[in-house]
Amino acid sequence: MNIIVCVKQVVDPEAPPSSFKINAESNKAVLPADIPPVLDPYSEYALEAALKLKDACGGSVTAISLGENLLREVIKKPLSMGADELILLEDEAFTDGDSFSTAYALSMAIKKIGSYDLILCGRQSADWDAGQVGSGIASMLDIPAITLARKIEISDNAVKVERLTDEGYEVIETPLPAVISVSNEIGEPRYPTVRGIMAAKRKEPTVWNPVDIGVEPSCVGAAGSRSRLVKLFQPVHDGKCEFIEADSPEEAAVSLADRLKQEKLI
Amino acid sequence: MSDYKDIVIVAEVKNGSLSAAAHELLSCGRGLADDLQEELCAIIAGKDITGLAQDVIAAGADKVYVMESPLLEHYQTDAYVKALSQAIEEIKPNILLISQTAEGRGLAPALAFKMGTAVTTDCVELAIDPDSRKLLQTRPVYGSNAMAVFTTDCHPQIAAVRPKVYSPLEADDSRQGEVINIEAGLQECDIRTKIIEQVPQAREGVRLEDAETVVAGGRGIGSAEDFKQLEELAALLNGAVGATRPPCDNGWVADSAQIGLTGKIIAPEIYLAVALSGSSQHISGCSGAKNIIAINKDAEANIFNFARFGIIGDWKKIIPPFNARIKELLD
Repeated sequence: MNIIVCVKQVVDPEAPPSSFKINAESNKAVLPADIPPVLDPYSEYALEAALKLKDACGGSVTAISLGENLLREVIKKPLSMGADELILLEDEAFTDGDSFSTAYALSMAIKKIGSYDLILCGRQSADWDAGQVGSGIASMLDIPAITLARKIEISDNAVKVERLTDEGYEVIETPLPAVISVSNEIGEPRYPTVRGIMAAKRKEPTVWNPVDIGVEPSCVGAAGSRSRLVKLFQPVHDGKCEFIEADSPEEAAVSLADRLKQEKLI
Repeated sequence: MSDYKDIVIVAEVKNGSLSAAAHELLSCGRGLADDLQEELCAIIAGKDITGLAQDVIAAGADKVYVMESPLLEHYQTDAYVKALSQAIEEIKPNILLISQTAEGRGLAPALAFKMGTAVTTDCVELAIDPDSRKLLQTRPVYGSNAMAVFTTDCHPQIAAVRPKVYSPLEADDSRQGEVINIEAGLQECDIRTKIIEQVPQAREGVRLEDAETVVAGGRGIGSAEDFKQLEELAALLNGAVGATRPPCDNGWVADSAQIGLTGKIIAPEIYLAVALSGSSQHISGCSGAKNIIAINKDAEANIFNFARFGIIGDWKKIIPPFNARIKELLD
């Protein structure tokens, strides 16, 4: 079982909302100086799913990432968690792409890797939250896509997936190869082991540019994008909260209930 | 460009009727169609759905394309992408709208990539740019810390719209419209996946998405046992219990209770937020609530920025007397 996992480096989504800033001129998020980027938590769920399958059926896990200014201590985390290989699409031409051009570059890189049974992605990424790249790769490779997976099992040459629905979940079977987008219900990602961290230190990622994966630079990154970001802004919330104050919590609780009654909310 | 006109929405059918999300999408599309002075069309796909065409017209559509096929009975990406992309290449709409439901999250990007165009997912606002006449697609990004506005030069311009943002139109049974049957053009071998089983989530009481009142707890609740006090309050108010991600991940409540970017999106009349700080990801799921009432011991908690009423304090000392008083007031 050869598994490819798409991972991403993102602005730390757990950073306090007050640390989030935008540069209005470049229409980009400003990296907070004191909060380093992290491996996307959604990517980590996909990695966890891949490593669980490797534990069960053997095989190899290759992580692949497209991005800019990829910090090695961040982007090598898949290796320290147990991935076997790491491939980076790191080139000026790949930057500022949309879901379309990113999925295109990743699918061409996956074609170059050649041998794969399963491709896993996070259900979305914690920065743009678009949730498109998995479906895009499947479309470009012309293989089935299953989104919002909460459990994955392999049997013979097929894979059985529990997929979240609005009503609960459904069990779907798909032949391989296939692309599966993984949701957080899959289970907490494992911590890197000391052995894993040591192995990751010794291992250097493979870096590919557009020529390496056989694409024109004009088809990837910003140049290959189908959608255009017109504006990025931070909505303002004017906190107009009416605080119920009292001498004791009990009195505050009673006042709140009475206030809600007065406003006909209950 | 002039080849492309009209708004087409993909109207989801659930349990033999038009879904709530479809009604909302028709309302959203109606506004855009009126702005552009174009027609609002809807596609319904499924098995035994022809009878729903008049409902779609009553809900706001000028034209309904009906795609009957037993192969479309349950959503499967392969089937829906093939059937819909063929229909849409024929219809050539200016704008195509899809609901950002569990199905839509799979369908919208797959359909866009198949047609070589872009889609903006999870839109919370759609408008027509007065100068370019392009669709301005606004969506939260960075875990809802920011909003982004996108356009595209591709056609159709595709957007997936977040549920509970647009209010459905009042049904007007006197509305007239055109009904057109179209072929799904599908064969069994087009569908590579197979649904083995559908498992609805067991639940008691009101459905979270439909509840007028939601009582939600966060990490600060502390245990499954403590969540019972919130369940008691929800039951008193004929509401439902929700949660942020940590209580779900810790197994204190079912995963299906999760509210936020990766959980349910709700818009109740009353949202009682107990011992939850209000991370952007969580706010993303409940910001549509009409009245947020927050109880948190941290005066700086982000949830207070969204709340109409608040108490700063330990929920364990507040909820029991609050429940007791509510009981008195309701008796």
